[in-house]
This record gives sequence, structure tokens and C-alpha cells, in this order.
Amino acid sequence: MDVEVRLFATLRRGRFDRRPQPVADGCRLEELIRQLAIDPKEIAIRLVNGREAEIDHVLQPGDVVSLFPAVGGG
Amino acid sequence: MHGYRGQVLRVNLTTGQIKKETLDLQTAQKFIGGRGLGSYLLSKEIQPTVDALSPENKIFIVTGPLTGSPAPTPGRYMVVTKSPLTGTIACSNSGGFWGPELKNAGYDLIVLEGRAPKPMYLFIKDETVELRDATKYWGKLVSETTTQLLADVREPQARVLCIGPAGEKQSLIAAVMNDKCRAAGRSGVGGVMGSKNLKAIVVRGTGKVALAAPEKTKELLAILARKIKDNGVTGQGLPTYGTAVLVNIINEAGMYPTRNFQQSYFPTANKASGEALADEYLTKRVACFRCPIACGRECEVGEEKGEGPEYETLWAYSANCGVDKLDDVIRANNLCNEYGLDTISAGATIACAMELAEKGYIKPSEVNGPALKFGSSEAIIEWTRKMGAGEGLGAKLAQGSYRLAASYGVPELSMSVKKQELPAYDPRGAKGMALQYATSNRGGCHVRGYLISPEVLGLPEKIDRFATAGKATWAKAFQDLTAVIDSLGLCLFTSFALNADDYRDLLNAIVGVNWTKEEMFTAGERIWNLERVFNLAAGIKPEEDTLPKRLLHDPITEGGSKGHVAQLAEMLPAYYQERGWTPQGIPTKEKLAALAL
Ligand code: SF4
Repeated sequence: MDVEVRLFATLRRGRFDRRPQPVADGCRLEELIRQLAIDPKEIAIRLVNGREAEIDHVLQPGDVVSLFPAVGGG
Repeated sequence: MHGYRGQVLRVNLTTGQIKKETLDLQTAQKFIGGRGLGSYLLSKEIQPTVDALSPENKIFIVTGPLTGSPAPTPGRYMVVTKSPLTGTIACSNSGGFWGPELKNAGYDLIVLEGRAPKPMYLFIKDETVELRDATKYWGKLVSETTTQLLADVREPQARVLCIGPAGEKQSLIAAVMNDKCRAAGRSGVGGVMGSKNLKAIVVRGTGKVALAAPEKTKELLAILARKIKDNGVTGQGLPTYGTAVLVNIINEAGMYPTRNFQQSYFPTANKASGEALADEYLTKRVACFRCPIACGRECEVGEEKGEGPEYETLWAYSANCGVDKLDDVIRANNLCNEYGLDTISAGATIACAMELAEKGYIKPSEVNGPALKFGSSEAIIEWTRKMGAGEGLGAKLAQGSYRLAASYGVPELSMSVKKQELPAYDPRGAKGMALQYATSNRGGCHVRGYLISPEVLGLPEKIDRFATAGKATWAKAFQDLTAVIDSLGLCLFTSFALNADDYRDLLNAIVGVNWTKEEMFTAGERIWNLERVFNLAAGIKPEEDTLPKRLLHDPITEGGSKGHVAQLAEMLPAYYQERGWTPQGIPTKEKLAALAL
């Protein structure tokens, strides 16, 4: 199955902004992050379809996964 | 005296009299300084019911005891006055270099009273203080005023605070500007300065702030510098992308207000984001006085060079007006800086006008300029200029969205609280932020208690943004700590990396007090209650602790916060209780006595 991955801020460096990503059925968020070769420590905010998700969240086909490093502003 | 400089400059613009008074140290410490001290003095010296644009209103331009000190980000001063936009107490805060220069000149604050018979500016060089004719600067844009004044006073190292044409015309959303591009933006404080016929304050100071415990301060600064550097937000996110790094996260979470809060997700947000700004327009990072973070952006678009846009500005002119062309958003931001307009209220008022036009309230025949259509770059630029210059319908827009929408009989289309435009977070997607917006003492505002930090950014810890339970406690703690940070004279962004103990340690080492953390929080609570009491006396009713109907009743239709409304009714009673107020939202006698008010 495919999910859409969106990366932001410093996570984009040397990677991509957004792309479809094939993953195995029942893939968990942490497995996807490993597959993308991102150090989980670099990620501060994980959203699946715009909602905060735990690392053991099981992905569904077509899910939009948005990953952010630590960000702030205001 | 340590931290403070010990002098108050009192200027009566009606008579031209200038007086130097001694700072009452005990009072200053009780209210810390900055916002707290300004709020105390305003409450003491004016009737809360005065017309904000009358000579009876006063302006207190106040620094904190840490302004100009070696503490990290000590660039802040605050403009405290009664707001003509909201009718509440106003405290607008700005960075840059002007505040520290005032401290170096030997003053903790300036009190401005009355109304000058003709345009004047105030010149300060250490002990020399003069009111001078400003007729030749009246009508000039902010950068030109600044450049000319600096040349005319022959003090190249002086710093200039001024208003633009919007302030001169007493726009209710006019800002006080300093160092050209920094703004004490909100609540129409620039309009109050305009009503006093005061164009500018030029200051040059050659003294410095004394420290109570220099060795201790030095040790502490080394620890805090490391904390700021090692923190992901202050060490990496803000320096690299500026505040606009928030565009994508807030949008992905489905709480990025779009087209005057009609939607909460802007599909092309990425085209006008912090990442796009850094990739395509950023020419230089800019820092305020002694700031190790440097979140400021110098951006170039065509021939124009300017600072910003900040996240809130970027949102107000892009998603909220449906525009995704970043260069035009940058141009609109530059115009706000030149005319001296609050970028949040200016962009949000144009967005409101666009909805009023979309729904047929504003007739095409009234529109003496580009059509007020969502998505129109031409509209955001030209209507900003018209607002700044007070031309035609632009003059009406310059009174803010509430008065505009109310004039068509639909005040509910103004996305404001207490008549001040809401900033860039849809509170339907962060329940604590809804409570904070509703209870902010200066109306629609995000920096009175930035609950986006725990609710969305996970700092200092992640809490469920859709939960209502416990949010009253969070709101109170954030509001009280923010009052402290503002009053100290530090930038709020340090709070991503520093905690309450750090602020207390800085205060103790620099001012020479021996406060506990609890005493410091009590001072914050004292300031919050003082502001609330002023607002009640000014005739602001607790029923105004609310949000626009759209946010209370219409669920978000798509994206990460779909299905949610702002559940204020569930949180407000808990908040009043947390504050020790009556169920009607009035501070009790016991509470005020406990806070020594
Ligand atoms: S973090 Fe940004 S706003 Fe705050 S003091 Fe530094 S440059 Fe100024």
C-alpha cells in the first residue's frame, strides 16, 4: 500500500518535501520513519491525517503522514 | 540601583513641561517593571473610562529591569495605554534596539501626557531632553522619518521610535514602530501616540545597566546560553526559518485560519511558508539587541528590502486573505511597516472586508480600488496602502474589522475578541487557546498565554489539544508567567528554552532581590488581576470573555481538526475558579488583598 509522506523544515534537507511512499500492510509509523532513514530523535511532531499519532500507530492506505522537527514561533 | 536606572521621564505635551522623577523602587519591584509597572501606573493615573484618543489618556513607555542588561534577549520595551480599539488596557511590546538605548540614557520609563498643539518629537541624549517641532516629518513614512531624524539630530548611533501616517490619522490599528521595522503592534497604540501629536522619540544613551551580582550573572548567562543553543526551537528552528516555520505545522494540524476563518486548512500554504521564505527571499538573519536566536528575516523582493514577514503577518495576508503569492505578502508587510500598521489587524481586517464583499454587504460601488476578493494580491497591497493613508473605504478599514462589520450590521463576521482581531491559530483545534483568546486582557491575542506551545508544539510537554479538562490551569500558569517575562523586558521566545527557575535566577542576580519562584508567579498573577480590574472599571463586561459565533458553533469542515468547535462554556467556569474570581468573572476582594492590590 501507499501512504503520502510530507516533511518540513530541516527534515527536508537532503530529502524531499512530499512524496507517495510504498509501505507493507500493517506498517507502523516507527517502521516508516526507519524506512525513510530519519533519526527518530530529529522528529518532534508526528501527524497522521492532521492528528497527533504515537510511533506504534498502524498506517492505513492513503494516510497522510506529516513529520516535523522541533519548531516554535508565534 | 541595579537592573533599573532609577529615573522616570514625565512629559506633558500640552504644556511642554518635562520633569525627571525618581523611580519608586518598591513599587517597581512589586510590579517588576515593563508591562506590570506600566499597568500599575496607568491604573493609578487615568480614569479607566476616559476616551482613549483624548488628551486625558496617557502613554507609558516602559522598559523592564532586564532591558539593556546582559540577560539573553533584553531588547524589550512596552507601550502601555488605554486602547482605542478594544477599550481595554493595552500593552504592546517590541524588540530591536530602542528600549536598551532608553535604559542607557538613564530612564526606566517615559510618561506622555496631554496633547501637543502641533506635531512634536522628543529628543533624549542622556540628561538632555527636549521637545522639538516635528512638522517636517508629519506625513512621512516610517523609514524616511527614521533616516531624516537620525541625520537631523546628528547622532548616528541614536535610535528612533515613531509612528507612520496611520498613527497620525489615529487609526485604531496603528502601531508604534522602532528601528524602522520593529513594531509595538497591537491594540492601536500608534493611534494614541498620533492623538497626542507626537511623531517620534529619538534616544541616545551612553550609560549602562548595573548588575547586583555580576559574577553570579556571568555564571548564569553561560548556562542559559547553552540551553538556548541546545534547544531545537531556539537553537535551530527559529534561527533557520524564523517564526514562519509555523505555517506548515499549524496548517497540517488543520487550524490555519483561511478566508476569514471560513476554513482552517489552506491547500497551498507551503508556497507561502517559512521554508519558502528561507529558500527564495531571505537575504540575512536579523537579531534584536543581544539576542542569540536571531529569528528576524531580512527579505528582498524586486527592488524592495524589508524585515519580516513574521508568522502572524504571513498568515494574515496569505491564508486569511486566500493569497499564496509570497512576494505580494512580503510587499503588504513592508507597507504595514512603512505606514505603521499592526500587520495582524490590517491583514485580518482586509480578510473581513473580503467576506463582507463576498456576502454582498460591501457593494462594488463603495469599493474605490481593487475588488475585495479572496485570493487577490492586488487587493491586499492596495488596501493596505489605502488603510495606511486613510483613503476612502480604506479609512473605514483602518478602524479595524469589528467596526467595519458592525457598520453593515454583521459584527459577527469580525473574527475578533473584544474588538481586536484574532491571530493565526484557529482555536477550534486547540481548546486551551480558545480559553486564552477569550480571557486575554487585551482582547484577541496569542502572546498573553501561548498555549499553542504545549497543545501543538509539545513544549514544555505535549498535552491533548482537543481536551478541555485541565486547560484552565494551563491558561492561568501561562498567562501569569508571560506577564512576568514581559515585565522583565525579555523576549517571550526565550520561554521555549528557559523555565520559570531561569527567569527567577536572572531577576535575582541582576536586580538583587531574593525571590522564590512562587513569589515571581504571584507577581505575574498580580499583574494579570490589575489588568482585569482596569478592564472592568473601563466598562468591559465579563460577557465579553467570548469568541466569534463562528468559532463557537460551526465545526471545522475538513483537515486535522475536523468536527471541532471551541468549547468555551466548558472551560470558562473552571478558569474563573482557578483565578479565585467569582463565578461571574470578577476578582474577589480577598483575591485582590492576597495579591496586595
Ligand atoms: S528571538 Fe527574535 S524577536 Fe526575540 S529577541 Fe531574538 S530576534 Fe528579537
